[in-house]
Amino acid sequence: MIPSLPQSKFSTRLYAAYITLFFIYLAAPLVVVGVFAFNDSLFPSMPWNGFTFDWFIGTEDSRIGVFNDGQLLESIGYSGFIAICVTLLSVFVGTCNAFLFERHTFRGKNILYIFALMPLVIPGVILGISILIFTNSIANGVEDSFGLDLDFLRPGLFIVIMGQFAFVTTITTLVISARLRKFDTSLEEAALNLGATKWEAVKTITLPFLKPAMIGAGIVCFLMSFENFNTTLMLVGSDSPLTITMFDRLKQGSTPALNAVSLMLMVVSGVLALISVFVQRDKKVPDSE
Amino acid sequence: MSTLQMVSGTEKSTTIPMIKLGTFLLMLPLLLWLFLLIILPHLDLLTVSLREKLGYREYAFSFQNYIEFFTEPLYWNTFVRTAVMSIVATAITLVVGFPVSYYIAKVLKGKKRNLLFMMCLIPFWVSELVRTFGWMILLRESGVISSFLQWAGLVDGPVELLYSDATLMVGLVYTSMLFMVVPLVSVLDTLDDSLIEAGYDLGGSTYSILREIVIPHAMPGIASGCIVVFMLTLGNYLTPTLLGGKDSLWFTEQIYNQFITRFNWESGSAFGFLLLFLSSAIVFVGLKLSRQTLADTVK
Repeated sequence: MIPSLPQSKFSTRLYAAYITLFFIYLAAPLVVVGVFAFNDSLFPSMPWNGFTFDWFIGTEDSRIGVFNDGQLLESIGYSGFIAICVTLLSVFVGTCNAFLFERHTFRGKNILYIFALMPLVIPGVILGISILIFTNSIANGVEDSFGLDLDFLRPGLFIVIMGQFAFVTTITTLVISARLRKFDTSLEEAALNLGATKWEAVKTITLPFLKPAMIGAGIVCFLMSFENFNTTLMLVGSDSPLTITMFDRLKQGSTPALNAVSLMLMVVSGVLALISVFVQRDKKVPDSE
Repeated sequence: MSTLQMVSGTEKSTTIPMIKLGTFLLMLPLLLWLFLLIILPHLDLLTVSLREKLGYREYAFSFQNYIEFFTEPLYWNTFVRTAVMSIVATAITLVVGFPVSYYIAKVLKGKKRNLLFMMCLIPFWVSELVRTFGWMILLRESGVISSFLQWAGLVDGPVELLYSDATLMVGLVYTSMLFMVVPLVSVLDTLDDSLIEAGYDLGGSTYSILREIVIPHAMPGIASGCIVVFMLTLGNYLTPTLLGGKDSLWFTEQIYNQFITRFNWESGSAFGFLLLFLSSAIVFVGLKLSRQTLADTVK
């Protein structure tokens, strides 16, 4: 049960073996994706034909590597653009929400808070279709009454950004609120006593305090946006972001170039994840020790 | 948080009863976000689901889409199947994840514990698409496991392990694991070791300590883990599409087909609303049964 209790060697070993198996289960799919990025074969499957970098840098027709694959590179560009927009928007709105919920009282606050949590319980596909229907209604309405064609409200980058922003903002709101809750308001009051305006006090004292949470939330947003599939699938137009392009290729059957992209994706998200953990960890030190 | 709010609340209520301009400006992004992207779109979804197409942009109010859902066995069966499979996947995730969470929270200490916990989290920073792709490489006919079995002499020819319900389960459990392990570890962390020791000193067996002490204490974590996992599984699209068989249609695929393939937005909206209803109902019942609120679950 716990180390302080006597227990048979057999059950301890059995337990450790189970944990080992579990971690093999966790790691196996990621490891094979990575390893097969270097397989010298046209398909990401057995047998192993030897080591190659072709799937990264290949230029031949049948063996185009990621770095020479225009479609993949373009979709990475779209994903990056979407993710940056979503991150900036949702960190801004999340910070506003944090101040609103932590510092202000007003009628209907609890109801608004529940609504702000709602996106967490809405399945991504449903969020996608509801936004698709709504933007389409607006676009049709405007077209019928004013004869204007609002192209940005048709499936495409803009509504993909809106769709991802819709649920990612809940995450930023929660993360930044949690940090703001720990802020000692007397610091801000001190600044006000020393003659700072309300905005100056927030800008020089409170926002720097919130910075780790904002960066952490921003990284999480970026990754969630970059890797989002369900909501994006319903809203996407002709400019496919990376996950949609990869999905299409996966269905058709693809060369190990897909593994190469996946491997790069894993490395980048791993690094970003570690950064966000360390940025967030800094804030915990003064609390716990 | 509550004391702070109470203090500032009493201050403000004495000055102006209405919402201040500053508060309103701060509220504007929130209101825009919630109304334009959450509330109005879902009301629109409901409206569209309750209308029938008569001609080009000509509609009438009708329950036709819902009637169609209940009378067409394919839709109905997919719905029930998705719900049942999601419940099974949630149960398996709990059973697999609980010992791991217990090991991390109670058996390991210090650096080792943090390292193992991190290792649990890292796979979930990777896109679901990549994880599913990994399972496809492992399980397909020309995949790693099939080749290994042939090499070991356990099977004669290539075996197709993809496109079955069992494969689908493996994928679904994998995808949801994090959302079970995190709440379980945090709730087990708060269980005092001395309670387990006391149970042991009083002659409790491993089983009875687990049943009388550990599981009752972990109940809030189990509840929130199960709710989140169920919700995510129900709304999953990628894993059922890529790993599931031809006859194992998931309800989200049904919605996608109505929308994108058949361009029947009316019935697609009705399906969407039914899924949303099922998902919220289960979350609501789960929260009530475990006496929690949504706000507790996200913490």
